[in-house]
Amino acid sequence: MSFRTLRRKAANAVFVGFCSIATVIAVTALALILWTLFSRGLHGMNLNVFTKETPSGLSNAILGSLMMCALAMAIALVIGILAGTWLSEFGGETRYGHAIRFLNDVLLSAPSILIGLFVYELLVARTIGHYSGIAGAVALALIAIPVVIRTTEDILALQPQALREAGSALGTPAWMVVRNIVWRAAGGGLLTGGLLAFARISGETAPLLFTSLGNQFFRTDLTQPMASVPKVMNDYALTASDELQQLAWNGALIVTLAVLAVNVIGRIIIAAKAEQS
Amino acid sequence: MAPPKTQRLERPRGAWADPLFRAACAGAATFVLVALSGIIIFLTVDGWPALQKFGLGFFTSTEWNPVTDIYGAAGPIVGTLISSALALAMALPLAMGIAVFLVEFCPRALSRPVAVAVELLAGVPSIIYGMWGLFVLAPFFAAKIQTPLMMSVPDGSWLSKLIQGVPNGANVFTASLILALMILPYMAAVFRELLLTVPAQVRESAYALGSTPFEAISKVVLPYVRTGSIGVIMLGLGRALGETMAVTFIIGNSHVFPKSLFDSGSTLASTIANEFQEATGMHSAALVACGLVLFMITFSVLAIARGLLSAQRYG
Repeated sequence: MSFRTLRRKAANAVFVGFCSIATVIAVTALALILWTLFSRGLHGMNLNVFTKETPSGLSNAILGSLMMCALAMAIALVIGILAGTWLSEFGGETRYGHAIRFLNDVLLSAPSILIGLFVYELLVARTIGHYSGIAGAVALALIAIPVVIRTTEDILALQPQALREAGSALGTPAWMVVRNIVWRAAGGGLLTGGLLAFARISGETAPLLFTSLGNQFFRTDLTQPMASVPKVMNDYALTASDELQQLAWNGALIVTLAVLAVNVIGRIIIAAKAEQS
Repeated sequence: MAPPKTQRLERPRGAWADPLFRAACAGAATFVLVALSGIIIFLTVDGWPALQKFGLGFFTSTEWNPVTDIYGAAGPIVGTLISSALALAMALPLAMGIAVFLVEFCPRALSRPVAVAVELLAGVPSIIYGMWGLFVLAPFFAAKIQTPLMMSVPDGSWLSKLIQGVPNGANVFTASLILALMILPYMAAVFRELLLTVPAQVRESAYALGSTPFEAISKVVLPYVRTGSIGVIMLGLGRALGETMAVTFIIGNSHVFPKSLFDSGSTLASTIANEFQEATGMHSAALVACGLVLFMITFSVLAIARGLLSAQRYG
């Protein structure tokens, strides 16, 4: 074997080694995080966590998170699906369409704390006058909307043009073609987009800091300050009390499991769709 | 012969709703424009008093003092840039390594599960990384790395200057490490998808010329996705710049320039998260101005990234 071949082989071995080691390091580090999360989160996990109010449990925070995320998703699905439909079916190729697509990408990656700051200035300081669950939901919706728009446009663009033409050939008005044919054909994909957006916002903390604030009690009134799991985790992690820190880890595990479960369900839907076609 | 009967074409039932539906869709799309303009306008209007009062000093001074009501954001701005750059420097080689490993070398049976795991990890909320940093990494780092290192390095050498600081594990370096771990799964997942877009022929032609895998990847595959990978890097950077929760717990929150790698610092996002709720008057305006600066930084990074990514897609 010549020296040159040897050198090339050595360089290759080093490279393959580096890539493998990089994967091992990264997977180990991430596994360590998950291990901490599970071992600390499972410790002290009991029914009280779900049934008692803070600081004995997380019931009010779980309820608050669910309510704010549900309202946020309701807003985000309506606006996001309509806007995504416009980009895919009507105005996507106009100059304005390209501009909207770019701005949507900007919004998609805007730091979430700035969304919180904006909603604070708009709703908390200027319109409502105090912290509220609605403000929290609007902040979360602003984070979910660009995700829904993105996935809606992508999914609708995948639907065959012939489907739309078949509908229009029967004299169906455009809005019925979209509603009864395009949206229906893309149903699973739209659902997945919604699920991904839901997963994204359910762990968000930064936008809730100045919008929903928190509430010690089990309340369903969205016009009042409202507790949320991530905010409670944030507050309790920084206390010196072992019990509260424990509760923060319980909350961390609940949120992570919820996010992972929603992600996995979304993946299963995509996989089932892919198998069908 | 009588002409054939013509039937008058009727407007389909429900056609009247077409313009309405179109308008609703267009309105929803315009919402994006309204929201983004709203963010810029509100941040500018509410941050303006601080920018007007301190002028350029807001960007160059490190004095951040709520007592005397004087605010200079140079510390957080530099802290944001340093921590993000460090995080990127740590995460990028690893992310590329993982992506290349998964696409090129990994056995089929292992490749998919690992890829899915990486993608799922990209969805773990950032506050989890922050809590891990606070409870696990910081104490470990202080006891096992920082203290021994400070003991063993001779006083006055350049290395001791680099690692001086309070040995409590809450510093710019650990914050960057947490940031790197947080953006790693995301970057690896996007980079892997990018590598999967390389046509098999491109790879095969490199191997047909007798390349080793290293040569095929470094000289053919990576150059093929060059613009796209710059886009991925910028997206990772954008995430690191705006990240709040993962950093706030562990950066130490001091408003001066970090004097060393192991010194405490702050970022724009962590400063806002820590202080905004209690802030009033000029303090609040200064924090909103910080938000505006952060928005401008991330916006420019993202604009460059999107530009490069679309150049790759359509070019």
